Amino acid sequence: MIRKLAISSVALAAMTGAPAMAQDIAVKLGVLNDRSGIYADLSGEGSVVAARMAVEDFKASEKGMKVEIISADHQNKPDIGSNITRQWFDVDGVNAILDVPTSSVALAVADIAAEKNGVLLNSGAGSTSLTREQCRPTTVHWTYDTAALANGTGAAMTKAGGKKWFFLTADYAFGHSLEENTTKVVEANGGEVVGQVNVPFPTQDFSSFLLQAQGSGADVIGLANAGGDTVNAIKQASEFGITQAGQKLAALLMFANDVHALGPQTAQGLSLTEAFYWDQNDDTRAWSKRFMDTHGAMPNMVQAGVYSSTMAYLEAVKELGSAEDGKAVVAKMKEMDITDPLFGKVKIRGDGRALHNMYLFEVKSADESTGEWDLYNQISSITGEEAFLPMLDECDFTKK
Amino acid sequence: MFELLGIPPQVLMGQLLLGLINGSFYAVLSLGLAVIFGLLNIINFAHGALYMAGAFVAWMLLNYLGIGYWPALILAPLVVGTLGVILERTMLSRLYHLDHLYGLLLTFGLALIIQGLFRNYYGISGLAYQIPDVLSGGQNLGFMFLPNYRAWVVVASIVVCLGTWFMIEKTRLGAYLRAATENPTLVGAFGVNVPLMIMMTYGFGVALAGFAGVLAAPIYSVNPIMGEQLIIVVFAVVVIGGMGSIMGAIITGYVLGIVEGLTRVIYPEGSAVVIFVIMAIVLMIKPEGLFGRPV
Repeated sequence: MIRKLAISSVALAAMTGAPAMAQDIAVKLGVLNDRSGIYADLSGEGSVVAARMAVEDFKASEKGMKVEIISADHQNKPDIGSNITRQWFDVDGVNAILDVPTSSVALAVADIAAEKNGVLLNSGAGSTSLTREQCRPTTVHWTYDTAALANGTGAAMTKAGGKKWFFLTADYAFGHSLEENTTKVVEANGGEVVGQVNVPFPTQDFSSFLLQAQGSGADVIGLANAGGDTVNAIKQASEFGITQAGQKLAALLMFANDVHALGPQTAQGLSLTEAFYWDQNDDTRAWSKRFMDTHGAMPNMVQAGVYSSTMAYLEAVKELGSAEDGKAVVAKMKEMDITDPLFGKVKIRGDGRALHNMYLFEVKSADESTGEWDLYNQISSITGEEAFLPMLDECDFTKK
Repeated sequence: MFELLGIPPQVLMGQLLLGLINGSFYAVLSLGLAVIFGLLNIINFAHGALYMAGAFVAWMLLNYLGIGYWPALILAPLVVGTLGVILERTMLSRLYHLDHLYGLLLTFGLALIIQGLFRNYYGISGLAYQIPDVLSGGQNLGFMFLPNYRAWVVVASIVVCLGTWFMIEKTRLGAYLRAATENPTLVGAFGVNVPLMIMMTYGFGVALAGFAGVLAAPIYSVNPIMGEQLIIVVFAVVVIGGMGSIMGAIITGYVLGIVEGLTRVIYPEGSAVVIFVIMAIVLMIKPEGLFGRPV
């Protein structure tokens, strides 16, 4: 029975996969992310809005393309994400899957996309494995990864005199990988790690851990965690007078919506690395304003990444004249020199890693901030080559 | 000075104090659960959601009406309590003659709905709520920096817990309440309005959750899942203390807060599970809980 089902679904995929005879190039995009859990603000409906804006701005219908967008909630669970992905590729004729935060889900989806010759345009996940240990010819990793964040924040703060680090690490794969990446950067810049503590995930009360960090005499407390954990840790560090006493906090993964949630009074002075901020230039401001009008909140880098990766993908599909061969579309994307309104100049490397500038921001003080979303001052920028890890030879799919 | 498991005394003192602070939240929340279970026989799974609602109401009062922390400390529990009364009247009261499980399922469903509504309107990242100016800053105790606000949390929670215990165990009203749960028909025959008392008890129990929510708003992230993360631990606290035991819930709340605090220094990775390990051990040795009456 199962075999029969499998055969018929393959047949169905082959049927839907056959090139359309009409002149219109049919493209179906699936936005797969967290729509109800802890990453719902980070990605969620905002990413769907961003994808729709991309289709609109690309003027797909004028270019003879018929683009359809569907979306689903993977609930941050790899099994649910995998099931939806298979359903989308096998039954619904989806050509590319967008966003996919939560690294464990993203890695599962990357494998299925490669198997089905679909495309994964990842914006939400942070694992470097997507373009290293588990690199696939059908993956594009657009926005950020843990190495880039470590390189941005870790290097800048160590160079600025934060030589001794103490890590509060979320006790799961992501937290450990972020700590490991940052440790390398800190040590390469002449700093040292004086201690760390593995914090269970999720945690509401960080005060015990913060006191341990305070007692360590470190210059910098590195927060290798995300979302609500980071927000709680920062809120409580300010409450316990840690930041006021001169120790600095480095939020190693933080998004504009988290800073917004903290408010400038608590978050002021915090350093963080992002690939995009809405108030960078006229293009980002104009786009973000439109996004705000539809979505009711300013976009963060993940949502901006969904927009930009969709634009690049549609351009490649248009040039190829078809979205059916995922591997070919990604290969095409890697050939293009992209100038993006939100990310500037972008080059997609052989392993699928999109190279673009990363920016170090400091959160504005309450006095300086002129509005609810007036959050950052830009401190410096680093190029994609500096920010991201070098490519592994075996992952260079342009050579194969 | 003594040294325990290689931990310097300063650190130990600090962690004991922090444990007491966390225990304050456990105590107030588990107290509400114990009151509701003891007097209504309802396992109130909506407790965490109502705790969250308390924090959100405080935020709404500030941002929509300009009402600050101190009035919110009274108003938010009233709002949450009223919500509780409405829930009790319209839904829970229909289930009293049925098995416990129905109440549990209903309140669990309510919790999901309340959380979903807040998530839909306010998103998941959370909202900012500042510590009131009077309580910002802190004291240097030598072994640690104690934020004034945390000291206030401990004091406020102890007062509320002892006040509740006194009311239920030592006053005439409390005696009526306890009698009404033993034999509602007889108490009703003496002219006491039993349904009204039960309704008010549920309202009071969830108002305690709302109160804890306001206490938590300035120090924890105010977000729709803040209650979901806490409620499971609080249930474990109630089970360890003994279902329905008022004093048991209070004492267990503080003690487990301290145990958890110490685990965070000795073996941080285990601090999320230590309470559940204790729960398992207590259930094996004394299934009715440390302070519960044998069933």
